[in-house]
Amino acid sequence: MSIKVAQVGNSRILSVGTYRPKRDVPNSEIVDRIDSTDEWIVQRTGIESRRFAGDDETVISMAKAACEMALQRAKLTIADIDTVILSTISYPFQAPSAATELINELGNPKAAAFDISAACAGFCYGVAMGSDLVRSGTSKNVLVIGVEKLSDYTDPDDRATAFIFADGAGAVVIGQSDQPRIGQTIWGSDADSRDAITLTPSFLDYKKNPDKGVGELGWPNISQQGQVVFRWAVYSMSKVGLKALESAGVSVDELGAFIPHQANIRIIETMAKEMKIPDSVLIADDIRTNGNTSAASIPLAMDRILEEHPELHGKLALLIGYGAGLVYAGQVVELPPKP
Amino acid sequence: MNPIDTEEDIKTMALAQADVLAGLKEIVEEVAGIPAASVELDKNFTDDLDVDSLSMVEVVVAAEERFGVKIPDESVTDLVTVGDAVNFIVNASK
Repeated sequence: MSIKVAQVGNSRILSVGTYRPKRDVPNSEIVDRIDSTDEWIVQRTGIESRRFAGDDETVISMAKAACEMALQRAKLTIADIDTVILSTISYPFQAPSAATELINELGNPKAAAFDISAACAGFCYGVAMGSDLVRSGTSKNVLVIGVEKLSDYTDPDDRATAFIFADGAGAVVIGQSDQPRIGQTIWGSDADSRDAITLTPSFLDYKKNPDKGVGELGWPNISQQGQVVFRWAVYSMSKVGLKALESAGVSVDELGAFIPHQANIRIIETMAKEMKIPDSVLIADDIRTNGNTSAASIPLAMDRILEEHPELHGKLALLIGYGAGLVYAGQVVELPPKP
Repeated sequence: MNPIDTEEDIKTMALAQADVLAGLKEIVEEVAGIPAASVELDKNFTDDLDVDSLSMVEVVVAAEERFGVKIPDESVTDLVTVGDAVNFIVNASK
């Protein structure tokens, strides 16, 4: 007796869709509270402005809009989607998952749907799983979403972080392909450094101290050790990028674009230098007007670079996500075709 | 640990310090574009040389490679002046 399984196939990114919140927030609106300057923020991070979601723009509504755009560009409907993987750290309910709320909103409550928590590496974790699910035959069409409302978890009075984190959503449809168009994922953790990026206290602290409120206990805003994260991102992640290229059998000068998580322009530029990425490869810098949107940053940056450079459709890109955990994932992908 | 008490030991240490300073000058120039001549022992990285905390990480990693030493994350904030960095590297290389 044996178990029957499908033959391994190939996968590709069919389309990308995004949602950027309406409210644009330049550095000038942030600096007074933290006694800083536009010049310092730009020099330190590359960020000139970012988008903050309003009360009417939730994790679900932003994800929904990004998915609808991705579906429309792939010429599919939600009925064609059998699996939804949603990556976020800012959905404010324990259960049911954001993914299940999303599929209800989108109109296909029967799809397999789950959330993953992998911070700024979340989108690449989602692409890894989406690709493998399609290749193995478990899924036919997968929606992979990265969505964050980090402004809910950012302290506007913290000089170290107030200007960094922002909101938005990006989604890709991953489907079948005649040949491999998503490379092997190189992923892992450096969890011995998990103190480098934290959100505390735990929600249980509020239950255990009913007479104390957020004012006294604090709110789980994002806190990070800038130099530790910079060093890890630049020197360890550049090695991950090179491994992802090697496993895909792609040399760095064959890339059309380098689309890393948009954590900080200094990280991106130094990583590119470490990897010896040539000038012929375009480097995504969506962070300048979008800030750091964690799991959403790579699909947002992908959409932006394709909009500004449409010749990149169908070309190869290196994606690397890296963030709280510390966790990372990178893969070479073929960028989706022109819609 | 033996105290340094011979003239030869003192000369070796002094040489090492000069080598490290020379190496650091080149590294800071390459990382931050600061002219090597400005990189003197008493200079404060951030205030005098405009090497911010992120560029400092690049300097530290380059120094590790160049001098074959380890400079852990928790030590980086102690390296306020060029002299602090030189002394750390000289001590770490023993």
